[in-house]
Amino acid sequence: MTMPMLTRRALLKGGACALAAVAAPPRFLARAALAADARRKVLVAVFQRGAVDGLSMVVPYGDRDYAGARASIAIRAPQAGDAGAAVDLDGFFGLHPALAPLAALWQSRTLAVVHACGSPDTTRSHFDAQDYMESGTPGVKSTPDGWLARAAVTQPSPTSPFRAVALGPTLPRALRGDAGAISLASLDRFDVRATSEAAAARQGFESLYAQSVHDLLHGTGRETFEAVRMLKRANASRLAPANNAEYPRSRLGQSLRQIAQLIRADVGLEIAFTDADGWDTHVGQGAEQGQLAARLRDFGASLVAFTQDLGDRMSDVVVLTMSEFGRTVAEIGNRGTDHGHATAMLLLGGGVRGGKVYGRWPGLARERLYEGRDLAVTTDFRALFAEVAGRQLGIANPASLFPGWTGGPQLGVLS
Amino acid sequence: MSIRLVTVLLALCVLASGASAHAATPTPPADDAAIVHALSRLAFGARPGDIERVKAIGLAAWIERQLEPRRLDDRAVEQTLATLPSLPMSIAELHKEYPRPPARDKSADPQMTPRALYERPPPEKRPIRIVAEMQAARLVRAIESERQLEEVIVDFWFNHFNVHAAKGEVKWYLTSYERDVIRPHALGRFGDLLRGTATHPAMLFYLDNWLSTRPDFTPRFGPNRGKRAGLNENYARELMELHTLGVDGGYTQKDVTEVARAFTGWTIDRPRDAARFVFRPLVHDRGEKTILGLRISAGGGQGDGERVLSLLLHHPATARFIATKLVRRFVSDEPPPALVERVAATFRATEGDIKAMLRALVASPEFWAPEARRAKIKKPFEYVASAVRAVGGHVDARAGFALARYAAEMGEGLYGAQPPTGYPDRAEAWVNAGALLARMNFALALTQRRLPGVTLDLSPLAVDRGAPDAALERLLVALLHGEASAPTRAVLTAQLTNPEIRRQTSDDRGPADTDVEKLAALVIGSPEFQRR
Repeated sequence: MTMPMLTRRALLKGGACALAAVAAPPRFLARAALAADARRKVLVAVFQRGAVDGLSMVVPYGDRDYAGARASIAIRAPQAGDAGAAVDLDGFFGLHPALAPLAALWQSRTLAVVHACGSPDTTRSHFDAQDYMESGTPGVKSTPDGWLARAAVTQPSPTSPFRAVALGPTLPRALRGDAGAISLASLDRFDVRATSEAAAARQGFESLYAQSVHDLLHGTGRETFEAVRMLKRANASRLAPANNAEYPRSRLGQSLRQIAQLIRADVGLEIAFTDADGWDTHVGQGAEQGQLAARLRDFGASLVAFTQDLGDRMSDVVVLTMSEFGRTVAEIGNRGTDHGHATAMLLLGGGVRGGKVYGRWPGLARERLYEGRDLAVTTDFRALFAEVAGRQLGIANPASLFPGWTGGPQLGVLS
Repeated sequence: MSIRLVTVLLALCVLASGASAHAATPTPPADDAAIVHALSRLAFGARPGDIERVKAIGLAAWIERQLEPRRLDDRAVEQTLATLPSLPMSIAELHKEYPRPPARDKSADPQMTPRALYERPPPEKRPIRIVAEMQAARLVRAIESERQLEEVIVDFWFNHFNVHAAKGEVKWYLTSYERDVIRPHALGRFGDLLRGTATHPAMLFYLDNWLSTRPDFTPRFGPNRGKRAGLNENYARELMELHTLGVDGGYTQKDVTEVARAFTGWTIDRPRDAARFVFRPLVHDRGEKTILGLRISAGGGQGDGERVLSLLLHHPATARFIATKLVRRFVSDEPPPALVERVAATFRATEGDIKAMLRALVASPEFWAPEARRAKIKKPFEYVASAVRAVGGHVDARAGFALARYAAEMGEGLYGAQPPTGYPDRAEAWVNAGALLARMNFALALTQRRLPGVTLDLSPLAVDRGAPDAALERLLVALLHGEASAPTRAVLTAQLTNPEIRRQTSDDRGPADTDVEKLAALVIGSPEFQRR
C-alpha cells in the first residue's frame, strides 16, 4: 500500500503532534484589503461525473462508422426541419439536439469543443479516473493536492477567501490542498443561524476556531468565518439573475446561478468548481430523448442561463467542462454504453476561440479504436487544462501544475 | 503496568492463539478515557451515564455484549420504529402501498404533468417516503438503540455495498436490502454479505446486472422484442474494484468482461412486484471463461457466478482490502500497515468472520494508542447522532426525518451516495466551510430545541447555572469528558462574561444566570466535538 505524501493541510489534521512541526501562518492572514472594483479573470470548471458519452454530446455524424455502432442510441445527422437530429457545427460534428440552445454560442464563436480528449491512463474505474483528472496526475494516486488548488497557489498571495470556491456540500479533490478553497452549498445559508443573538453565537464559534492550532479543522474554521464576513458585506445573494436568464432548478443550474452571483458581487472569485451528476448511462441512454437527453438539456440550459446572466462579464470568464472518461463506441445491451476512454470537453466564454472543434479526430473504424472498443485519446487532458490555466489565470509555466508531465502541444483554444 | 504494555501483551496472546474465530476478547484498558474511546468508535458516542454503565459491567464484557446484539433488549427502539409503517414491508407490499406515479394518466386529465402526477398522492404515500422512513430509522437507531456496534457496522457495510436510493427501482428494494441482507450479516460472515448483495434486486438493479445478457441475445417477446441485448460490465467491475479486490487488486479489463459474462442471467423476476432474484439460463453466456487465471469450463450456468464470488472471497487482495477499510473506519484515516496485516490474516484464517476481525481490532494496541484517540473526524451522521446522545436527547420517528436533513446539509444524505464507492471515510471529505457552518447551526438548533421530535432535558447540565465556572466545567465533563484543549477552555471561559451567556436579572440585583443552552451549542460546535 502506498502512503500518500502529505500536504500541509493533511499533515495539519494530525493536530497537536503536527503543531510543533508546522508553524506557517494561516493563508487568509495574507489577505489584503479587497479592491472591490478589481475585475478578475475567472475559470469555472464543471465536472460531469460518471463519464459523459462524448459521442452523443458532440456527435461525429460525419464519421461513417458512427451510426452503425449504435443501433438505437445514435443521434441522426443534421437535417433541416428535424428537431431530433444533431445540430450541425462544422459539417462533421453536431451538438446533441438537447444542447440546441448552445448553438447560438457556437455561432458567436464563444463556444469551442475539444474532442477525443482524455487521460493517458487506461483505468475504466470512475473513482480512479476522477481522482487522476482532479489531481492532474494520471496513474499517480499519492499526489496530495488537486490541480486547481495548485493553480491557485501559484498566484500572488490570496486576497480573498472566495478566490477558489466549490459549490456543493463537499470540497472536490481538484481544490484540496493549500489553496484555502471553500465549499458551500448555498450562499443564503452560509452563516451562523440562530433564533436570537446570532451575532453572539457567530462570535463564540469564531473564537473557538481562531485558536492558533494548525490543523485541518481550525484552518477551515478560520477561513470559514473570514468568508462569512466578506459575503455579508458583499451581500451577493441579493443579485437576481440579469438579462432574463432562467436557470434550471437542478443542482447544476443553482450552482451556476450562485457562481454568477459571486462573480457579479466582486468578491475576488478566480476559480469556481461545480459538479453535474448522472452521466453513467449503462442502461437506457436514449437518443434524442431519454436519460442522457434529459441530463444534456439541463446541462445546456444551465450554461446558457449562466452566459446570459453574466452578459458582458463573460468576457472575463471561461467555463471548462470535463469528465473522467468517455463511453464505449458500440452500444451495449439495454441500449446503454459501458465505460470507455476519450470524450469531449467544452469551453465557453470570453477569450475562447470558439466555433471550432479542436483536437485530432482518431476515427471510429474498429482498428482505430483504443483497445478495439473505445474512442482513442488524441488530446491529453493536461494539455487542455494547462493551456486554460495558463491563459485564463496568467500562470507562466502551467505545465508545472501537472507533476511528471513536461507539457504538450498548444491547442490554441484561448486567445 | 502501562495501558500500552497491557494491550501489547494481550495482542500477543491473541496472535499466539492463532487468531481463531472465537478467541475471547482480551481485557482492554479500563480507565474512563478508554471507555470514552470505545464508545466513540464502537458506538455513536457516550450518553449521560454511559461511562458508569460500561464500568459497572466492564469494558471487555460491554464489547462482547455489543458483538452479540440479538441478546440485547431493544424493545424501546422497536416501539418507536413501529410508527414507520414501511419498515417491515416486503418489496411487493412496498410497490402496492407506495405505487409509482404513472408515466401518463390514462384515465384522468391528459394535461397532467409528471410532477402533478407525482404529487397527486399524499406525501406519506409517495415512493420517496420509503427512503425518508429508512433515513429516520437509521437515525433513531443510532441514537436510541442498545445495539450500538450493530448500527455502526450496518452503516459501514451499507456504505461498502452502496446502492443509491434515487436510481430507478432501488427505492422499493432498499428496505429489504438493508433489513434482509446487510443487517443480518453485518456481524456475520463477509461471504454472506457478498452473496446476499450479489443476488439482491437492489444491487442487481443499481449496477445494472439484471439487464446483462450473453452478447448475442435478442429477446423474442416483450417490450424489447427484436432488440439485441448484451453484456453489461457495471456490476462485474465494481464487484472487483469496490466490493472485494480493491482497485489495485490485480485484475484487468479482460477479467472485468469475463466476470460480466459469468454473471449473465443473474436477474430480477417481476421487478415491479415481488422482485426476486432469478437465474435465467436463456440469457446466460454458456461459454468458457478465464478469470484471474482460473478457467471456468463451459456450461456452468448459475454456478459460474457462484464460483467467481468464491474466488474473490478467497483472494488475498480481498482480505487486505476489507481489512484496510475496517481499520480506516475504526482506527485512523491512515491505517497502520501492521494492523491491516493482522486483520487481513484474521480474514483469511476465518473466511471473513466479521466478529473475529472486530475482536482483532479491539485487541490491537493501535486501536487504543494515544495517537488513535480523537483521531477521526466524525462523519455528519456520526456527528448528529453523537450530539443528540451527548446531551441526553431522546427522539421519535419525526426527529429522525429532521435529523436526516441536517446530516444531508453537512454532506451525508443517507442512502444518497450516487457513486458505487459510497461516502468517503476520511477527514478531508467532511471538513469544509459550508459543512462546518452546517454543524454549528445544527448545534444551535439542537440546544435551542428547534428540532421537532427531539426531547431534551438540559436541566442536569444546568444545575450550576448560577455559578458560571462550575456550569462550564460540568458541560466540558459531560460533552467532552474533560478533554477540552487549553485554548478551547480559555475561549469558553471568556464567553462566561459575555452578556449573551451570563444574563443578569432585570433589576441587576439577583444572582447571575448562565445560558447553558448557548454554552452547550458552542461546545457541540467546537473543534473537539467534531472528533471521535
